[in-house]
Amino acid sequence: MSYPTDRKYTKEHEWIQVSGNSATVGITDHAQESLGDIVFVELPKVGAELAAGKTFGTVESVKAVSDLFAPASGTVTEINGDLATSPEKMNKDAHGSWMMKITLKNPSELDALLSASDYEKFVAEEGG
Amino acid sequence: MGAKMVDFNGWEMPVEYPASIGCGIVNEHMAVRTGVGMFDVSHMGDIRLAGPQALAAVQHISMNDASRLALGQAQYSALLYPQGTFVDDVIIHRLSEDEYLLVINAGTREKDFNWVRDNTRQFDCLVQNLSDDYTQIAIQGPRGVHVLQKLTDADLSAVKFYWVTRGTVCGLKNILIARTGYTAEDGFEIYIPSDEDTSARVWNEILSAGEEFGAVPCGLGARNTLRLEGKLPLYGHEISDTINVWAAGLDRFCKMEKPEFVGRAALEKSKAEGLKRTLVGLEMTGRGIARDGYRVLDDNRHEIGYVTSGSPAPFLKKNIALAYVPPNFAPVGTVVNVEVRGQGVEARVVPTPFYKRPKKAA
Repeated sequence: MSYPTDRKYTKEHEWIQVSGNSATVGITDHAQESLGDIVFVELPKVGAELAAGKTFGTVESVKAVSDLFAPASGTVTEINGDLATSPEKMNKDAHGSWMMKITLKNPSELDALLSASDYEKFVAEEGG
Repeated sequence: MGAKMVDFNGWEMPVEYPASIGCGIVNEHMAVRTGVGMFDVSHMGDIRLAGPQALAAVQHISMNDASRLALGQAQYSALLYPQGTFVDDVIIHRLSEDEYLLVINAGTREKDFNWVRDNTRQFDCLVQNLSDDYTQIAIQGPRGVHVLQKLTDADLSAVKFYWVTRGTVCGLKNILIARTGYTAEDGFEIYIPSDEDTSARVWNEILSAGEEFGAVPCGLGARNTLRLEGKLPLYGHEISDTINVWAAGLDRFCKMEKPEFVGRAALEKSKAEGLKRTLVGLEMTGRGIARDGYRVLDDNRHEIGYVTSGSPAPFLKKNIALAYVPPNFAPVGTVVNVEVRGQGVEARVVPTPFYKRPKKAA
């Protein structure tokens, strides 16, 4: 799997794609592959305040429950409601299945995140 | 095969096989319900009892009535502590006149063997731990019979559910073939020599023979969801050393008309006292998935019980769970709440098993 270079990655396996002052967030292909069949996703409400590194929701596969961690601080502006009814879309196309859009509070936080190639290395070292 | 592995009671076991070969828990689960899937279940333990008093020994240590077993017949049963709680559940196979094979769980292998040995000393009967001698492969699903029939000279159509036979399998003579399983589906379990070359060869031959029937390899994940849909108990979850037979609802496998077996006296007393808790099936009616260990709450958010096993059910396409609750919450239709991440999510008591396979023979 090659990871898109137009975004940044967390060690908790989320991706974030920045556009000006706002950003789009989802989970990585490695995350969906480790989880297996995804059946449930719980996302915050529009207007919710997120803190970088803190949980913002949950994703569940048949076998496992996994917390979602905010790649950056900000305010939720939009939720991908499609995933509530079709969570399996994350298995089919994790990098195309965005979860939410946020307004960034502190864009410099992104500097601490991994590039596509660093994330790929990280996943390989993790034994994924 | 690139499977995701997990440590299971000291065994490195596949949870699921990769999506790239058409697997994953949901696909594996569906293959067993509608076609055929195969499992490496070599982690299961095997204890052989043989000798003039083998039947008496089996009767003493197990709760079902082994005297009803014809040659080649098998039964579900359990080994109990004197207090009527579970050492383990077992399948007891009568292999010949005075020879029985007990198939037990992986996590309890040593405990079970020691317990069986210690509790059968007074009988003229040999007790052997054969756990390391066998590789056990389960071929499960309505088409399993067609797959295995290609590889054996034994007439499988003559083997009824919970009966065993012997035959040549993949060129190996005198192989034990049992029509048993842990998937709530028709299927077979075969016991082959455990050396790695033989095991790998037989596994691959079955997989190849199954190709035309859509056979897929299945891991522990699907094994768990399949057995949950069929309400088959799992040690450490629905049954344990603190749960007794009545609470677990396994009454029909416990033959109180037998004059004696370990645990009987305590069960008689417990029956007279009535149930404090009982195992029920739940279907989540609110949005949320019950998981093992989650708390069950009443309308006032008081804890009334706990989930022993909970998961999305891939065939039924519902979120289901088994839970211990007080008997007044057990009637079908009762509404309870399961605590999911601090929130009460509504669930309803439903009839079990959640899934029953169609009656028609494959």
